[in-house]
Amino acid sequence: MDKQEKFDQQEKSAQRGKPDAAVQASDARPVLEGPDIARVLTRIAHEIVERAKGADDVVLLGIPTRGVFLAQRLAAKLEKITDRKMPVGSLDITMYRDDLRMHPPRALARTEIPGDGIDGRLVILVDDVLFSGRTIRAALDALNDIGRPRAVQLAVLVDRGHRELPIRADYVGKNLPTSLRETVKVLLAEEDGRDTVLLGAKPTS
Amino acid sequence: MSKILIRGAKVLGGEPQDVLIDGETIVATARQGEIDWSGAGLSAEGAEVVEAAGKVLLPGLVDLHTHLREPGREDSETVLTGTRAAAGGGYTAVFAMANTFPVADTAGVVEQVYRLGQEHGYCDVQPIGAVTVGLEGKKLAELGAMHESAAGVTVFSDDGKCVDDAVIMRRALEYVKAFGGVVAQHAQEPRLTEGAQMNEGVVSAELGLGGWPAVAEESIIARDVLLAEHVGSRVHICHLSTAGSVEIVRWAKSRGIDVTAEVTPHHLLLTDELVRSYNPVYKVNPPLRTERDVLALREALADGTIDIVATDHAPHPHEDKDCEWAAAAMGMVGLETALSVVQETMVDTGLLTWAGVADRMSFKPARIGRAAGHGRPVSAGEPANLTLVDTEYRGLVDPAGFASRSRNTPYEGRELPGRVTHTWLRGKATLVDGKLT
Amino acid sequence: MQRHLISAADLTRDDAVLILDTAEEMARVADRPIKKLPTLRGRTVVNLFFEDSTRTRISFEAAEKRLSADVINFTAKGSSVSKGESLKDTAQTLEAMGVDAVVIRHGASGAPYRLANSGWIDAAVINAGDGTHQHPTQALLDAFTMRRRLVGRDAGIGQDLTGKRITIVGDVLHSRVARSNVDLLHTLGAEVTLVAPPTLVPVGVENWPCEVSYDLDAVLPKSDAVMMLRVQRERMNAAFFPTEREYSRRYGLDGERMAKTPEHAIVMHPGPMVRGMEITAEVADSERCTVVEQVANGVSIRMAVLYLLLGGNEPAVSHARTTEEK
Repeated sequence: MDKQEKFDQQEKSAQRGKPDAAVQASDARPVLEGPDIARVLTRIAHEIVERAKGADDVVLLGIPTRGVFLAQRLAAKLEKITDRKMPVGSLDITMYRDDLRMHPPRALARTEIPGDGIDGRLVILVDDVLFSGRTIRAALDALNDIGRPRAVQLAVLVDRGHRELPIRADYVGKNLPTSLRETVKVLLAEEDGRDTVLLGAKPTS
Repeated sequence: MSKILIRGAKVLGGEPQDVLIDGETIVATARQGEIDWSGAGLSAEGAEVVEAAGKVLLPGLVDLHTHLREPGREDSETVLTGTRAAAGGGYTAVFAMANTFPVADTAGVVEQVYRLGQEHGYCDVQPIGAVTVGLEGKKLAELGAMHESAAGVTVFSDDGKCVDDAVIMRRALEYVKAFGGVVAQHAQEPRLTEGAQMNEGVVSAELGLGGWPAVAEESIIARDVLLAEHVGSRVHICHLSTAGSVEIVRWAKSRGIDVTAEVTPHHLLLTDELVRSYNPVYKVNPPLRTERDVLALREALADGTIDIVATDHAPHPHEDKDCEWAAAAMGMVGLETALSVVQETMVDTGLLTWAGVADRMSFKPARIGRAAGHGRPVSAGEPANLTLVDTEYRGLVDPAGFASRSRNTPYEGRELPGRVTHTWLRGKATLVDGKLT
Repeated sequence: MQRHLISAADLTRDDAVLILDTAEEMARVADRPIKKLPTLRGRTVVNLFFEDSTRTRISFEAAEKRLSADVINFTAKGSSVSKGESLKDTAQTLEAMGVDAVVIRHGASGAPYRLANSGWIDAAVINAGDGTHQHPTQALLDAFTMRRRLVGRDAGIGQDLTGKRITIVGDVLHSRVARSNVDLLHTLGAEVTLVAPPTLVPVGVENWPCEVSYDLDAVLPKSDAVMMLRVQRERMNAAFFPTEREYSRRYGLDGERMAKTPEHAIVMHPGPMVRGMEITAEVADSERCTVVEQVANGVSIRMAVLYLLLGGNEPAVSHARTTEEK
């Protein structure tokens, strides 16, 4: 690999090893706080009910790690609104990534498809940040091996732009214009002990 | 042949001396600078001078256990390449083992090997005759005919195979008494070593390689020393490799049994831990043993329980070692590294003096094999079979520089002390400044 | 993890747990309509078998195909030890074809180690059983089976086998399965006891991280899992034990003996079983016998190993799970 790739990779592994350290060390500032996150999730839940006409065939699939928690939170909100049990699961896309050859293999996360499957249903993929779109492309491939949904939609907490593929989100918590020199980090209580979205400068090594 | 004056060499590691060679013979030795050669009725005039200050002068080394492979396996070694390797290692006489193709079990084959050695002139070659026809352990070979041949064979061995039949062994021991011969036994109980690949112990258990128990060697040695005692013959034990074997030989000697024993340089240095690499360069018969065995062997060589160092120089072509362990041939080349390994394990550790080295690598092996003119003191009137060693040298072993046709050394890249710079065979230099002539 | 998988002893506890966790995810692929992942697309794996072993080969082949690798099967039966050069030549031939990994089964102990370390080839080497040395994927699938049964499918994630008491019974001397299991189970914190007639225990076993017993009945009540090794009939002729009958009586597992184990205990066997010799049909067909599960788990484990060795640009690092990059 060339030098630049190596550099990118080290940077990413640094992030992987200690998720918060890199962001916190570089003067990250919060762009969404706990109450904001709760509010936008509520809004997205209402949008889903509205656009999916009652959401009676919706299946929520979160993309690990934080997408899964967001999907669970959305499901809880949807259950409140519709008073119906909302199928929610997780979809690990690791083995469908297009950059597998650029890194050491990653540990796999759980793929958990709700009991009735996804065939003929409206699958809503849930993730924390939409960036290049490559994760979502991988998720679409993964879905393809699992079943045939009626339609697939995408919900994200933050859309930070810089798409590299023709992919867009159907439900966006917050549009956040960023530069490529910045990082966006979503922290959630389930994983990180608190809810916040941090915008910071990319650490220079 | 002209005169050679070796100046200031530490003879057998002692005080610096000058040694004057005229023709094939040492004509005088003296404390350095103290003798007026002309006063002794001699002239050093016109002598080629070899400055040997700081170096150790030894009698030419004698190897009682060499595989020269000719006839039959000239792809791994020939008498020429093997004797060049011997000269490079400081040897002036080697005993060539009988496991050639055809086997050296007749007067014809031993004479052929003997003559090749004489023709090439690098090192005297004393053929060893097979004990049994075809090394098959069933029928005695014509031991008397081999003795009476031009080769004058006195040492007999089925090396590579054990004379495991007790009756055949007994007969051989008895039979060679008639002409002062000796049987050199490769002690390996065959049933206990079926499928054996390495020393049986902690490492073999882990590696899943067939175990070669120490008792397979020790039980044969015990039997053979008792047989030798019973028939009043002498017996020589090849490549002793275990602490238990040392105990048995020590006991036998204390009883007055006429037994002699040899140890190889590799068994003085290497252990079965090396097999963890599965690199067949460490595959050898008998196998590398444990550290405890290595230490016992060193001690036994120092105290004389083990009489001599013999190389078991066993050349193999590259392809016989560049493969998986089980498929690989057993054996290591050793002529060109033997003295360095002995210096490393015995001299530099304080276990043996250079005089002791001369004893274990020249005097005694010559006596066991009845090699006339070899293993003689470095003094006036003796044949000029000499080896000059730079004992201060340290260097990495590089098999590319070997004279042997094969490269299967376990020491590649290892730092070892000592370097033979000159070898003289009856006054003729076979090695000068580390280069073969 | 190292670049090759040669010996179970090379795996750290974290490596091993990562493999087991990954295998747990791989196992779920088998429940899907499309049992295939694109992960090793474009990678070529050769199954180089110098020894007959249809079971192991098809298990690897299934794993490779589920990960979309291109698979070449090369069976070189009978050309192993007698023609030593053939291993090197064969390996180099395959290397020239652009192989990314070699799964090798060989009758000579150490052949995979040689292949990986001799500089003959660059491909990753996975040991599928060598002589009486190692069979690391077998040990991994056994540990996986134990963790599922004794700790739990989900509860086991991230866990090792600390405190589990595993008894391995039979021909330990000639068994690469026993060697691999002792190494791996010890690494995973289990307590291993080997039970065999003294003739079938190797000299040097005292340095292994396990106990040795000659008395099966005494050990059974303290066993969470009992692994029965295959005993080949030809061992009888080599005087390792007097008769088949006597062996079965002293070291075979029948219903009566199985009843001496705790109720949760499982009975394992690497297969193929010699019914009536080391195990009775009653035990082999019982609920507690995991033989069939072990076969299924074998595919998951091999998928995990292949993914972790070949899925990236270098072998996996065995620390915690990753966070995703967008």
